[in-house]
Amino acid sequence: MLTAILIAFIVALASPFVVKLAKDYSGWVLALLPAGLFAYFMTSYQLVGSGEVILESSSWLPGLDVHLSFLLDGLSLTFALLITGIGTLVLIYAGGYMKGHRYLDRFLMILILFMASMLGVVLSDNLIGLFIFWELTSVTSYLLIGFNNEKEESRSSALQALLITGLGGLALMGGLILMGLSAGTMSITEILNSGEIIREHPFYLGILILVLMGAFTKSAQFPVHFWLPGAMAAPTPVSAYLHSATMVKAGVYLLARLQPAMGGTTEWFYIVTGFGAVTMLVGGWLALAYTDLKRVLAYSTVMALGTITMLIGMGHDYALKAAAVFIVGHSLYKGALFMVAGSIDHEAGTRDVAYLGGLRKLMPITAAAAAIAALSMGGIPPMLGFIGKELVYEAALSATTFASILIIVAVLANIAVVASSAIVAITPFYGEEKKTPKHAHEAPVSMWIGPVILAAMGLIVGVFPSLADRSLFSATTTAISGVETSYYLSLWHGINLPLILSVVTLLSGLAVFKIWNNLRESSAMQGYARAFGDFPKATYEALLNGMLKFARFQIDAFQSGYLHRYMGTIIGVTIFGTAITLLLKANFVWPDFNDHINAYEVIVLALMILSALAAVAAKSALKAITALGLLGFSIALVYIMFSAPDLAITQVLVETLTVILAALVLVKIPKPVIVDRAGAKVRDAFIAISGGVLVTVMLLIILQGDLDLSLSEYFGETSYVLAHGRNIVNVILVDYRAIDTLGEIIVLGVAAFGIISLIKLYMNDKKEEKQS
Amino acid sequence: MINSLILRTATKLLFGLLLIFSIFLFFRGHNEPGGGFIGGLVGATAFALFAIAYGPKKSREILKLDPQVMIGAGLLFGVASGIISILLGTPFLTGAWIFPVIGGTELHLGTPLIFDIGVYLVVVGFTLGVIFSLEEEK
Repeated sequence: MLTAILIAFIVALASPFVVKLAKDYSGWVLALLPAGLFAYFMTSYQLVGSGEVILESSSWLPGLDVHLSFLLDGLSLTFALLITGIGTLVLIYAGGYMKGHRYLDRFLMILILFMASMLGVVLSDNLIGLFIFWELTSVTSYLLIGFNNEKEESRSSALQALLITGLGGLALMGGLILMGLSAGTMSITEILNSGEIIREHPFYLGILILVLMGAFTKSAQFPVHFWLPGAMAAPTPVSAYLHSATMVKAGVYLLARLQPAMGGTTEWFYIVTGFGAVTMLVGGWLALAYTDLKRVLAYSTVMALGTITMLIGMGHDYALKAAAVFIVGHSLYKGALFMVAGSIDHEAGTRDVAYLGGLRKLMPITAAAAAIAALSMGGIPPMLGFIGKELVYEAALSATTFASILIIVAVLANIAVVASSAIVAITPFYGEEKKTPKHAHEAPVSMWIGPVILAAMGLIVGVFPSLADRSLFSATTTAISGVETSYYLSLWHGINLPLILSVVTLLSGLAVFKIWNNLRESSAMQGYARAFGDFPKATYEALLNGMLKFARFQIDAFQSGYLHRYMGTIIGVTIFGTAITLLLKANFVWPDFNDHINAYEVIVLALMILSALAAVAAKSALKAITALGLLGFSIALVYIMFSAPDLAITQVLVETLTVILAALVLVKIPKPVIVDRAGAKVRDAFIAISGGVLVTVMLLIILQGDLDLSLSEYFGETSYVLAHGRNIVNVILVDYRAIDTLGEIIVLGVAAFGIISLIKLYMNDKKEEKQS
Repeated sequence: MINSLILRTATKLLFGLLLIFSIFLFFRGHNEPGGGFIGGLVGATAFALFAIAYGPKKSREILKLDPQVMIGAGLLFGVASGIISILLGTPFLTGAWIFPVIGGTELHLGTPLIFDIGVYLVVVGFTLGVIFSLEEEK
């Protein structure tokens, strides 16, 4: 499995070259990768169906218990097949949809990078490994939403999605690390086998909340559901793939994966089921407030994610099975419908249903695919969507608590879904033909093959559920619940309560569709959209702007732009912070001096005092710098006297270069104003004298203590034997503490780039000033 | 740039000496005072002096490499020396040594040498990058 993921990453990086060679056929050529991976995962289909769990592990950072380990059971197989299967069709579709686009290579590369990361998420058997792939999907999603980066809307939507999923990711990281620490292992398999440790751990509630924050943000649960419709700014292949079929399901995948460890508690039931049910209801009806096809589909995706979350929250056998079926069914029909919406947009020039109608004759294949997919979405037999919806009703009815509330919410939400499926499949294709911005005709084969296959799959699995039951649905249920499921799917259960509810849902849904135009315009619906669609988004924006304002405020407060204030602050804080500690902790005794003092030592000392005084008294900056340089050279002399030649050489060189640099800078900057105000002078003198006093006191204290020489001795003894060098200073720099030095040269490099860019910017500003 | 005959003549003499001294200090560093940091500073001084005497454009020409590229290359050397250790199965940046005998003398060559070249390059790149851009800013 590691090989499969690595191959995907490598192909992703190589894809720009493929695009250069294959040009208009790039989509078809690159689709071979996911198709091959799909075939690879299919080889385990029977094995997983018989209850096998395939494990694989290679060590990565063994010291931190981080491994590239993978597991393949029903749950991960289901997702892997969805990712690679729909990935194949989406790549073909993207090749047609983005044909001739300047950045097709870039687009396909990020799309494949996403696919590889997403495979990593669903296959990982290590908490940290999973988290890293999880973040990669957030990043690739950001790049794809913002793909049309010259549009302001794309950029802000991409940032919004990144901030929300990134914030959730941060919480998730905390949650996963806490979970790993509580369980004593980062291996998911081992954690699942010892779930009671997590559930009874004092950190349980904290872990739960953090992990749920990650899952809920990723899967667009209320109240952060608004990022998903915003993500529709991405090109349609992305919406079909990431924002309906795969990435947004990473959140529910995580819930399902960790359910055996964290689920089954009262907290889990109330939070997960509660958020899921609210999201389901809110999302379902929001879909009816808009005429943009992608927006309608996006909100109905929010509804579907809510449904799956609710089912996992309930956690009993029926509910988990319903979740498994719903995940697959939804991916199939929603992937198809998004592609249909993209084809309409591509061929007719708009995807606003208010301007669409009668496309059936012009785009017959797309219309047929849309119709079949919409039947599944509406939950009409004999589609897989029908089985899924029946199971949802059955699960809600058999909930141990709140069954009546859950079933009412489910039916209400599904009425809205029936209406939205009719909006997507009927409005653009039937009725009178309308004038569209482009004269519509049938989409090319690359763009209808995807929807046709996905829609057909929904039909085939609906009629013959046994095809996928054992290996996918039951195996998923078993993977989540940990016990063998005894319940197998069939299309017909006889006349029972779920069936009656289905009929009620269907009829009410069609009735809602009938009055949709009036309903959408009604003030009640507009108010609803404002309250549940716009208000959370406005809150997010207010928070974001508030944070930026706060940042601006604190920059204004702390960054005055005056060098002497910065220096004053830095030196002042250092001095007084140290002084307080010294007063409280140190035991100061005036030492006895009985060393012999040489004449040259006195001379050097006098030189230092004189140059310091000259620096203070100097009336020009250049003189002050030169005087400081002299002081530096005197210090180098002190180093030589105490036999530290390395330090002395470095000191001389640094002083020389400092004087050169300072001279260069001083020539350029405006003449500094010499401050003659008495107050300022007293303040500066106070800071300077305190600094001098503090350093002196510290040196005196250090002299009193016994110097621990064990490190120096160790270096002295081993530097030649172990590191083949006699100069301890240099050996420490490049060998013993090389990683510190590496950090330092990185800082140096980054600082250089910063300084050079600042100088260049300043130069350009000056040039522009001169020109104007 | 300072148009001074004395400075230019002296620079011609000092430039080569400084460069040789810089490389001498660099190699000497492992056993005697010296090393990549000090050697790099002396090397940078040579080009800085040249830039003062003949202008940064000329100095850039004889340097051949862009200082910014030198910084990148230096960091690459530093990281590469660490990666060699990983490939040899030891922790990042553990010194690895070989002892070839050339002309009867046993040489001690190891990854810390590569690392020190990295330090040298970053120091030269930093100093010259800043000095050149300050001098060019006119």
